[in-house]
Amino acid sequence: MAYSFPEEVLEHVFSFLSSDRDRNAVSLVCKSWYDIERWCRRRIFVGNCYAVSPEIVIRRFPELRAVEMKGKPHFADFNLVPEGWGAYAYPWIAAMEEAYPFLEEIKLKRMVVTDESLELISKSYKSFKVLVLTSCEGFTTDGLASIAANCRHLRELDLRESEVEDLSGHWLSHFPDSCTSLVSLNMSCLGSEVSFCALERLVARSPNLRTLRLNRAVPLERLANLIRRAPQLVELGTGAYSAEIRSDTFSNLADAFSACKQLKALSGFWDVVPSYLPAMYSVCSGITSLNLSYAAIPSSDLVKLISQCQNLQRLWVLDYIEDSGLDALAASCKDLQELRVFPSDPFGAEPNVSLTEQGLVSVSEGCPKLESVLYFCRQMSNAALIAIAKNRPNFIRFRLCIIDPQAPDYLTLEPLDAGFGAIVEKCKELRRLSMTGLLTDRVFKYIGSHAKKLEMLSIAFAGDSDLGLHHVLSGCDSLRKLEIRDCPFGDKALLANAAKLETMRSLWMSSCSVSFGACKLLAQKMPRLNVEVIDERGPPDSRPEGCSVERAYVYRTVASRQRLDMPDFVWTHDEDSSLRYS
Amino acid sequence: MDSDLNLKATELRLGLPGTIDAISPPKNSKRSSPDSDSATPPPKAQIVGWPPVRSYRKNNLAEAESGSFVKVSMDGAPYLRKIDLKVYNGYVELLEGLEKMFKLTIGEYSEREGYKGSEYAPAYEDKDGDLMLVGDVPWEMFKSSCKRLRIMKASDARGLGCAV
Repeated sequence: MAYSFPEEVLEHVFSFLSSDRDRNAVSLVCKSWYDIERWCRRRIFVGNCYAVSPEIVIRRFPELRAVEMKGKPHFADFNLVPEGWGAYAYPWIAAMEEAYPFLEEIKLKRMVVTDESLELISKSYKSFKVLVLTSCEGFTTDGLASIAANCRHLRELDLRESEVEDLSGHWLSHFPDSCTSLVSLNMSCLGSEVSFCALERLVARSPNLRTLRLNRAVPLERLANLIRRAPQLVELGTGAYSAEIRSDTFSNLADAFSACKQLKALSGFWDVVPSYLPAMYSVCSGITSLNLSYAAIPSSDLVKLISQCQNLQRLWVLDYIEDSGLDALAASCKDLQELRVFPSDPFGAEPNVSLTEQGLVSVSEGCPKLESVLYFCRQMSNAALIAIAKNRPNFIRFRLCIIDPQAPDYLTLEPLDAGFGAIVEKCKELRRLSMTGLLTDRVFKYIGSHAKKLEMLSIAFAGDSDLGLHHVLSGCDSLRKLEIRDCPFGDKALLANAAKLETMRSLWMSSCSVSFGACKLLAQKMPRLNVEVIDERGPPDSRPEGCSVERAYVYRTVASRQRLDMPDFVWTHDEDSSLRYS
Repeated sequence: MDSDLNLKATELRLGLPGTIDAISPPKNSKRSSPDSDSATPPPKAQIVGWPPVRSYRKNNLAEAESGSFVKVSMDGAPYLRKIDLKVYNGYVELLEGLEKMFKLTIGEYSEREGYKGSEYAPAYEDKDGDLMLVGDVPWEMFKSSCKRLRIMKASDARGLGCAV
């Protein structure tokens, strides 16, 4: 029947498929569908840059317009991946330069991007529109200057939380007067001051600007003028939100805000002077996303602001909000879907604020749509977790971090197995879970039995034996990413579940009990898994066989297992040595 | 509750049949850091990457607490200046710096009479928002509590203990 449809018709039908999963399914139907689909695919997402090579991608998809890619594993965020490990963007950028002259979008996360790469991007693609660099590093403001100067049709430049070597603010002035296409500019991670005149003129000549996230160096006195030039803004990130208390500055700011009828998201708020918060009240009823996670303001001021935002769906905040503030949140924001509470003093030995498990319980009670939580606190109980699970069976993301990583239930001194067990049992749609606290193998048994939709699991300082790991690997049917640190999990569970690892994107284990011998065996048995031993103590075989490796990073791949950019502290399976076993 | 799932019966063995697992993973003491096998838990500060707060966020918090640049205003001047308190070793250097920056003389401090004999008096706003005379508290305490400086005309500074 497929033969009777001309290619153009099928191509047209496929053009309505935007999800990668659907397109992947379509390409498996038959050879001709595979062929038609690959020629008309315009966007790809590569979850692990080492799972595939640029050559393979280019060969299969010759007409891409948008590439999105991730590099280092998540635990790199917490300095668990040594400097120089990899995830370099340059080989991809260089390969795509020739293959995709019409490329429009590049989105990278946790990758090393150099100024050279940025310059290449800026000069290679005539219709380049979107550059998003999330948690990337390796480039300077000179690279940004190339992008600003050369990308004539740039729509988005988003440097989310990247580490940029800030040589000067001059890069912004490289946007030519003819550039009027900007829709989104996020420079919040940069330190130095840009020319305020250049910034104002850029904003004024960008009628489509929807997202503007300033950096800390933009003073509050400048904010009103900027917003006035962009009343169509949907997302605004302020700079430092502090100034001498003057009524003219205040009324200027309040007027500017009141003209922004489309504002939905606010962020920034470094160095907040609470007296200036009411300047924003006119927009609060429309705000759905509020990021106050850099704002050191007392609970009472936070509450005054939040209670104006009845349509709030997402709130990121510091633990200054305290339990009392979370009670108020639960009472006023019935549409709340996502809450993240960050620690203001993560390394302090004693609590500096009155934020406990009770705050989370209140929010879970009061906010019926709450589905995503990241919560840092200093104490937790099974009773609280059980209550939270009963209140909110609709959680899809639940990430709890107790500052003391092995804290037991503070009321009963028992492990928190029962509490987390309740979470996975009641929340049947749970896709992501991070746990802390005193946890035994039992919690993993619960997870293996109940968490059937779980895709990502983060474990630290938990479990008693290999059984824990075995429960997870054998029971969690939807598991894609598993990251483990400082747990007594080892070879037995790993080798017994080798086949499972190929159904996942990756497994990270650091400071566990995995031996080099097991890594070698795993790599031999599973040719499509790359088993990276990341160990800074020198060659693993110079230590006794039973000695644990510092880190093992296991991921499925169709590319070579001996990546060319491997540093000297990474060991993988030596393809040549397999000949010795024939 | 089963404590053993009897893995051996269904185990996928990779060694030769009949051999016993020689490798038994050493039981790590739960709190041991990556490079020590001792059973004593290291102090919390030494656990790498814990708590899991991104360095980007940690840096921003640190800056909020220990920023050493403060604004300096002078009564009658059209714009403010900024100085970095970190670069000065004590009050003498600070006052000399201010004198140079604003081209004026402040004179010497005495506990009893403040800045007697000079046209100007240096004051600062502390953490609580109160206006204080510079020089009363130890230098280190001053550095951590000073939020901004204000060079006042001595005639206005009467209430701060300056004899004119």
